Amino acid sequence: MAVPSSAQLEEVDGQAPGGGSKPPGASALKTILRKPSVIFSLAFLLIVTGMAVFAPWVTQLSGWGPLQFDESAVDSSTGGLPLGPWGGISADHWFGVEPQNGRDIFARIVYGARVSMLIAICATALTMLIGVTLGMLAGFAGGWVDAVISRLMDFLMAFPALIFMIAVLSAVPQGNRPLLLVLVLSLFSWPQTARVVRGQAMSITNREFVEAARASGAGRMTLVFKEVLPNLSGTVIVMATLAVPTFIATEAGLSFLGVGVIPPTPSWGQMIAQAVPWYASHPLFFAVPGIFLFLTVFSFTILGDNLQKVWASGGRS
Amino acid sequence: MISYILKRLLGAVVTMLAVIFFTFIIFFYLTPDPAASICGDACTPDTIVQIRRQLGLEEPFFVQFWAFLSGIFVGRTYGEGTAAEIYCSAPCLGYSFQYRTDVFDGIVDRLPVTITIAVGAAVLWILSGVAAGVISAVKQGTWWDRGAMMFALAGVSLPNYFVALVLQYLLVVQLQWLPFPAVVGFTDDPTRWFQTYIMPWTVLALMYASMYARLTRTNMIDTLGENFMRTAHAKGLRPAPIMLRHGLRPSLTPVVTLLGMDFATLLGGALITETVFGLNGVGRWAYNAIGTNDQPVIMGVTLLAAFAVIIANIVVDLTYTALDPRVRESTK
Repeated sequence: MAVPSSAQLEEVDGQAPGGGSKPPGASALKTILRKPSVIFSLAFLLIVTGMAVFAPWVTQLSGWGPLQFDESAVDSSTGGLPLGPWGGISADHWFGVEPQNGRDIFARIVYGARVSMLIAICATALTMLIGVTLGMLAGFAGGWVDAVISRLMDFLMAFPALIFMIAVLSAVPQGNRPLLLVLVLSLFSWPQTARVVRGQAMSITNREFVEAARASGAGRMTLVFKEVLPNLSGTVIVMATLAVPTFIATEAGLSFLGVGVIPPTPSWGQMIAQAVPWYASHPLFFAVPGIFLFLTVFSFTILGDNLQKVWASGGRS
Repeated sequence: MISYILKRLLGAVVTMLAVIFFTFIIFFYLTPDPAASICGDACTPDTIVQIRRQLGLEEPFFVQFWAFLSGIFVGRTYGEGTAAEIYCSAPCLGYSFQYRTDVFDGIVDRLPVTITIAVGAAVLWILSGVAAGVISAVKQGTWWDRGAMMFALAGVSLPNYFVALVLQYLLVVQLQWLPFPAVVGFTDDPTRWFQTYIMPWTVLALMYASMYARLTRTNMIDTLGENFMRTAHAKGLRPAPIMLRHGLRPSLTPVVTLLGMDFATLLGGALITETVFGLNGVGRWAYNAIGTNDQPVIMGVTLLAAFAVIIANIVVDLTYTALDPRVRESTK
């Protein structure tokens, strides 16, 4: 959790993702699509996204809802441990059941995917929106606008983000938790995007094609939307692909700590937290959400990493 | 050089003040009734009234902020003139009414455990990360390289609380190779000490080593293509000293920068590992405080973490300046 974003790494490396280079050709994208690791990642993400989007239908198929108790699946004489081996895995409960109340783990995984993906994707969209807007503003306007935005970015990036997210989330009363998570995640993440975009905006403004457009009398808005923005799209796609897993991991971590998504709404991190007291007697209870969380984050990271390599090499791969 | 240091220090002081202000706003504007949340769940109306008066919550915002800020430098007294007067001495980060303790003292008591976890993990991840990076760079394109880099991506993607649970389940419960973690002093029982801390170290190191491996690899590959590497080969030096002295050394400066930035996330990692392994450090205290809604503790730990990050960044900058002649030139 709190995975240090690759934007930080790139900063150290001295090369921005995408590097403002030409978008890769279809052949380069085809090359990474032939890598087994990318195929597996894409396949897994398709399954998880499918589960998330069609959650109500999927659970109708499996027979149990995420909030439904099944007392017949747990053994009250052992303190509520699931009946049967392997945490109560059966034709009825595909991934077993939770101890004590017997809620179906599969159904909770499916609905948890929904919550995790929704929060991560919204946070990514918001982060990119703020990051690109402010980054372009700083890069183009220069002067005091740049100075103010840059100071703000330095300030936010000097923060121990996880601790501050915990502080903000624990201080704010209930309300709409997913929305709050999206806001807090974006608040501490946009500077990384903005910094890269700012650097690229500054270098692109001085390139020949922009100067040519300017010389031929293009307005400011035309310059930004027709000439510069399309050239930033590679960077934004790569950064967004790498931001999604960071947000999924951070949301799960915050929910694990009890300041994220509030029960009974399931979230993977929160499921692992609920499994902590049972880890010795019912290991599948933490293993199932843990493995889903890991594979989802891992798949997104592999995809982002490959996209980044393709863009950095300017379409050669 | 001296003016550069002064400039950095001034910048740090401004950032610290901004952090204090921001944290203060979070807790005293966003929380509906600070007295109620300070008081926690097990709380009577009488105690709430008492806390409200003690904190001077009827005062205007800036008066309260000044009381908090000056408390950090000269200490402060809660409930002055009342029977229940509480004095909080110089670095006063707040007072926990639930633990009935000065938050700063509470942090100092628990800091050794957290520092042991952090330093041990850092040693482990720097050694393993840099070693993996060097091997990958030297054997670039081989299965060694691909395997190490795939492992690095996996390491970044693994949630550390999940790894912690898996390790504890396998090594302690199933295989019984290790006893349950319990805090002991190094001098009291070195074996038990090692057995307790090896799991938290591994969990944190796994997460961070990946970044170091990737960074070392990239830098090392760049360095290996430099002219001075060819010169060293031409001079007839043996391959191993060339790699270590000429190849590795210039690749390490960015690693120092990364180490400084990682201080920002380390306390967060400590919070999770301490909680899962039940070690009583600063992170676990903060975790428990979240559960009981003990705001002064969360606020104190937040401020401490922010201070640590700001100081770490200055130390890294200055070390960097001392290490790298090019940076030294530019700061003159």
